[in-house]
Amino acid sequence: MSPRHGIDEDFLALPRARLADAALSAATAGGASYADLRVHAITTEIVQLRDGELESAVLDREVGLAVRVIVDGTWGFASHAGLRPDIAADSARHAVGVAVTLAALNAERIELADEPVYPDATWVSNYRIDPFAIPTDEKVALLREYSARLLASDGVDHVSAMVMSVKEQTFYADTFGSAITQQRVRIMPTLEAVSVDAAAGNFESMRTLAPPTARGWEAVADDRVWDWSGELAELPVLLAEKTKSPSVVAGPTDLVIDPTNLWLTIHESIGHATEYDRAIGYEAAYAGTSFATPDKLNTLRYGSPVMNVTADRTIEYGLATIGYDAEGVAAQDWDLVRRGIFVGYQLDRVFAKRLGKDRSNGCSYADSAHHVPIQRMPNVSLQPGTDDLSTADLIGRVSDGLYIVGDKSWSIDMQRYNFQFTGQRFFRIRDGRLDGQVRDVAYQATTTDFWNSMEAVGGPSTWRLGGAFNCGKAQPGQVAAVSHGCPSALFRGVNVLNTRTESGRG
Amino acid sequence: MIPPQQVIELGLQAAAASGRSDETIVIVSDRAEASLRWAGNSMTTNGVSTSRTTAVISIVRQGDTARVGTRGSSAVDESAVAALVSAATDAAHAAPEARDNAPLLTGSGEPADWDDPVPTTGAGAFAEVARALSKGFAGTDRLYGYAHHVVETTLVGTSTGLRRRFTQPTGSVEINAKRGHASAWAGVSAPWFTDVPLDSMLEDLSVRLGWAERTVELPAGRYETLMPPSTVADMMIYLGWSMDGRGAQEGRTALSAPGGGTRVGEKLTDLALTMYSDPRAPGLECAPFVHTAAGSERLSVFDNGLGIDRVDWIRDGAISSLVYPRAAAAEFGTAPAVPADNLLMTGGTADLADMVAATERGLLLTTLWYIRTVDPTTLLLTGLTRDGVYLIEDGRVTAAVNNFRFNESPLDLLRRATEAGVPEKTLPREWSDWATRAVMPTLRIPDFHMSSVSQAQ
Repeated sequence: MSPRHGIDEDFLALPRARLADAALSAATAGGASYADLRVHAITTEIVQLRDGELESAVLDREVGLAVRVIVDGTWGFASHAGLRPDIAADSARHAVGVAVTLAALNAERIELADEPVYPDATWVSNYRIDPFAIPTDEKVALLREYSARLLASDGVDHVSAMVMSVKEQTFYADTFGSAITQQRVRIMPTLEAVSVDAAAGNFESMRTLAPPTARGWEAVADDRVWDWSGELAELPVLLAEKTKSPSVVAGPTDLVIDPTNLWLTIHESIGHATEYDRAIGYEAAYAGTSFATPDKLNTLRYGSPVMNVTADRTIEYGLATIGYDAEGVAAQDWDLVRRGIFVGYQLDRVFAKRLGKDRSNGCSYADSAHHVPIQRMPNVSLQPGTDDLSTADLIGRVSDGLYIVGDKSWSIDMQRYNFQFTGQRFFRIRDGRLDGQVRDVAYQATTTDFWNSMEAVGGPSTWRLGGAFNCGKAQPGQVAAVSHGCPSALFRGVNVLNTRTESGRG
Repeated sequence: MIPPQQVIELGLQAAAASGRSDETIVIVSDRAEASLRWAGNSMTTNGVSTSRTTAVISIVRQGDTARVGTRGSSAVDESAVAALVSAATDAAHAAPEARDNAPLLTGSGEPADWDDPVPTTGAGAFAEVARALSKGFAGTDRLYGYAHHVVETTLVGTSTGLRRRFTQPTGSVEINAKRGHASAWAGVSAPWFTDVPLDSMLEDLSVRLGWAERTVELPAGRYETLMPPSTVADMMIYLGWSMDGRGAQEGRTALSAPGGGTRVGEKLTDLALTMYSDPRAPGLECAPFVHTAAGSERLSVFDNGLGIDRVDWIRDGAISSLVYPRAAAAEFGTAPAVPADNLLMTGGTADLADMVAATERGLLLTTLWYIRTVDPTTLLLTGLTRDGVYLIEDGRVTAAVNNFRFNESPLDLLRRATEAGVPEKTLPREWSDWATRAVMPTLRIPDFHMSSVSQAQ
């Protein structure tokens, strides 16, 4: 599909070719065997309202250049906020200096997997309305109107509303000869309603399910992409029902998990677990490692035979979708889990070589000019079943269980075994039908036990793309946006906790 | 790059020349950063960076109301400043009324260090650390970790004559050591990277890995537990972040009291614990004034330049203050209270060895990880133990134990703590991306809730 927009003129007006020539030639002259230059601009606008009043509206643009070099098999990196050829050349020399200064600490010679050269490539994501073409006051006005709908409802005492818009523009050039210019946008709208019982000193909240997406303002403006009218009308009713609902009975429970909740479980227990850099210990001191180590590739039973998980940087409206990664590798898609067996990793050019692959699958990303590209998550998605079961069909298979909708809290251990999630709402399932909400629910499991307990997945009609703007990794910390598609799915005997009991309040 | 002082004056002049705003705040932060990571006894990534952020906050007043427009940029060319001011002013004219309106602070002119050059850092900061590390890399234990140094100088100037400046050095070194299936952690905060005790950190790690020569599998349950300073810091920092006054007043946080109002005054513990932030705490110095481009529950852009003093959030075991910017304080009839970027807690006199010796049977933790809210009404948090849970028997560490997932509230931990050890400077591991300045005691919890076993090593 051809993009509806070109790359913005102000980014094209930057002296891209001169910056590249200056940086790459200075790096080579300084002794680098390889160098790349990245000019990276991120424009972010965050508008926040509280009870319909403006709390904060800030528009910020960050732009800078980064030079990465290999000198005698060791990486060096330097970045600067200035976009002049002399600064680019100085940064290249600084990067060479860093590599030389720290060379004694490097025991592994850096080598890159091959990739075709793309000498003059451009790519723009598919969005209809550039969020930055919409003035801030128009965004504020819409969020006020959405907030007012919730505040007008019985039982809603407070409303928080937020929309975050991002435009990311990059120019990449390397000593192999690639020169790539890209632009993408993304948007995250959320509204949360709070109900307060002051006498009891208690409160309950519920948030919209609208996912962050690599679309433009069209995802917020009206009901064509997301049914805001329906969701804003339904939310207060569901919240009121939740405040009156009984506390859950803890214990092993059959769960039907909606895609609005399951995407986050996929992110934590599959997405992060199949990062090759984690698996070989690069994140051991920080984000952690993975139980899915290279010796288990093609043998580990990750989950039940209905589990098929793909990775891609190509899906339309995916937050990790891009034309080329931060090392000039073209976007691809591949399998991570096939019929329940662990078959693939996320790679960059160094890790592809280390794993013995011909080519990187294009997972290099840095969130700023001032950060080193690292292996980051592509869109990781659970595939739907072929027999097109509906969510109601899955619920129909459960005699006593829970249907979980919407994500809320998440936590997983540093080897991606033990996780615990909550959600926005939890419906009791009795004899194959929904029977009102319960509250105080968390589910806790070990990754492979959980995925092996997956009895059935919904069909394509249940499949939805969820995601997050704020996936964290690396030191210094970097954030990345990533999407996860999945169907509804049925799990047997998952451990459900009562969070009141967990706090000792029984 | 033109000097940051010049950016401030250019911005304020441009705003004055346009005559389209009533007040203007310009905040410039110049940041120099160096980082070094290693894994499996080899360096993985490194880098140095130089960056600037400029924020222009434009205020348009009409009667008792104010409208605010904020624009930020990392651009360093002189010509960008006027464009930023113009965009911020346009935004202010289009904005609805600000909810946190307050008069801007006025100033007595430039502080003595206003025109001093901005200090910087680079890969050279790691020279000593790198020498000691390379010795460690030659050993048999596998080392993973991170050294990070940031020197950030922030200048605030307002059209009302306020000028404030502060240089914040932030540094840390973390080492994770592995031997067989055993894993241990050590971390220090090192604002200027002087005297980083790398050799003693490596020795400490070796001792801890030695403790793991014997391992014991324990089930989920409630255990007497010694929480060392890093773990107490991670739980208490989260409590500190949850102590905004407005939310508590409105009945929507764990600091709200049944029947209305807040929990200020509630006695949590008979231990004489005081939790406070103080920008002048020795070794933990941080900005003694507000600088923010974005309003929130905790900060108001109208308060830019406001002095920050010590605030006791918990005093002698009782909740004593919540966070209020000036406008919120006026709304709720209380005094403004703004947190400094550090957190300290008083304690007792026992050191960790004393507390271990006084334990018949219990667990000694090292660090916590992946802490998230489970139930905001009680501030119930979940998370994992990480890189060393040790069994204490008859006053001695006798083995390493498997990791656990816990579900606990920092408020409840204070309610149940039976002993606090000597306060120590520590690196809060979970939050060290944002918070490196903490002093905390070890706490003894008689019944720490380990909700399930984690197989992670």
